[in-house]
Amino acid sequence: MDLRELYQEVILDHGKHPRNHRFPEPHNREGRGYNPLCGDKITLRLQLDGDKITDIGFVGQGCAISQASCSTMTEAIKGKTLPEVDALFSKFHSMVTSDEGSADLDALGKLAVFAGVREFPMRVKCATLGWHTLKQALGDEGDEARTE
Amino acid sequence: MRFEEAREKVRGFLNAAKKTEVVFTRGTTEAINLVAQSWGRAYLCEGDEVLVTELEHHSNIVPWQMLCQQTGAKLVVVPMTDRGEVLRDAFEEQLTERTRLVAMAHVSNALGTVLPVGELISLAHDRGAVVLLDGAQAVSHADVDVQALDCDFYAFSGHKLYGPSGIGALYGKERLLEGMPPYHGGGDMIRSVTFEETIYNDLPYKFEAGTPNIAGAIGLGAAIDYFTSFDGQAVHAHENAVLRYATDALESVPGVRLIGTAPGKVAALSFLMDVAHPHDIGTIVDSEGVAIRTGHHCAQPVMEHFGIAATARASLGMYNTTDDVDALVGALRKVQELFG
Repeated sequence: MDLRELYQEVILDHGKHPRNHRFPEPHNREGRGYNPLCGDKITLRLQLDGDKITDIGFVGQGCAISQASCSTMTEAIKGKTLPEVDALFSKFHSMVTSDEGSADLDALGKLAVFAGVREFPMRVKCATLGWHTLKQALGDEGDEARTE
Repeated sequence: MRFEEAREKVRGFLNAAKKTEVVFTRGTTEAINLVAQSWGRAYLCEGDEVLVTELEHHSNIVPWQMLCQQTGAKLVVVPMTDRGEVLRDAFEEQLTERTRLVAMAHVSNALGTVLPVGELISLAHDRGAVVLLDGAQAVSHADVDVQALDCDFYAFSGHKLYGPSGIGALYGKERLLEGMPPYHGGGDMIRSVTFEETIYNDLPYKFEAGTPNIAGAIGLGAAIDYFTSFDGQAVHAHENAVLRYATDALESVPGVRLIGTAPGKVAALSFLMDVAHPHDIGTIVDSEGVAIRTGHHCAQPVMEHFGIAATARASLGMYNTTDDVDALVGALRKVQELFG
């Protein structure tokens, strides 16, 4: 597979210049994500008003895939309700892990640039670190999100 | 019996005095844990010190931390320099009259540093401390002669010597092994068992409870036959020549920074690139047919020292040539194209 399909412009751009790379004020939820095999580490903070994520940001370090995925995720879910976020995560997860054709790329919008990750199983953990950290911030996963 | 022939091959490879000083284990990790739990729990008291160095693999840190928790002993760390060296003076500074055991790498897996173990072992012995060498990274790159080194324990793994995984060995001086309680209880490690009393078997079987990894041991013996069929000095000379070539080649790539630059190091090159994270480097060079390792190499304190989370590491074997180095450098140029 061509590496350009994995490292699409959007990913390179977000990897180099992550969006929402700051902690929002105010915020009322925090999640910490860590991949012990890579050393990738992120802290995610967000403001949840009712069931809507009104602001979100993250700080951390890691590879281009993990940083770009977290960056595009924050853009995609800002202003979304929890059920909408859940639906997006499950579509994203199936896009990066399951067989071709099963993913709903249209519904994923910009997040569809991560479709190439499926061909690189070693990198799925990088692409999902931000999402697992989000789930943890929302109380769905333990004290620290881990992808390994 | 071929299993015992394999033990003799390990003895010869390490130049141990006796075959009974060679205990088969699952690998370096189990060998170190064996010494920690058997020797350590029998002989360490509260306030005693276990000395390790800053460049150790987690396998030569965690078993000692566990032992220290169990016994109240203290783990003391010899710092390394920014080139990744462990210097005699720094080592001597941390040795005290409470140092009972020194556990250190013969060669660093993350940095390639060869420790001046001969000198350090003699300093440790002067203080009455016992010395274990973690030889996992050394066996394929350095000469190992446990009698010349005068180390008390030496641990290594088969898979680092072009052999099978899940097999390795612990060398221990007979006098020490004799004075140690068994590590695991079970079959093979006993002479007789009644419900009142069990009499333990002789060395090395006392430490080999259960049905052994017979196929693995024979495989390790075959790997030793293969490895020793080459002239060791010629292998080292070849690896050193490729290492020099690779060092110059990597340094000529703009934005590449080598981590671990100790003089006399073996052919393992850890590096960073300013444009890309090690995992992205790994994926790209892999697609160019070059296999490197990325991550913290199970040596997080080393990463901590350099203030980084991970490195990319090219570890050269005796089969690698300067063509392979050229392929790596070509792949790194691709990384620059994509990320630069």
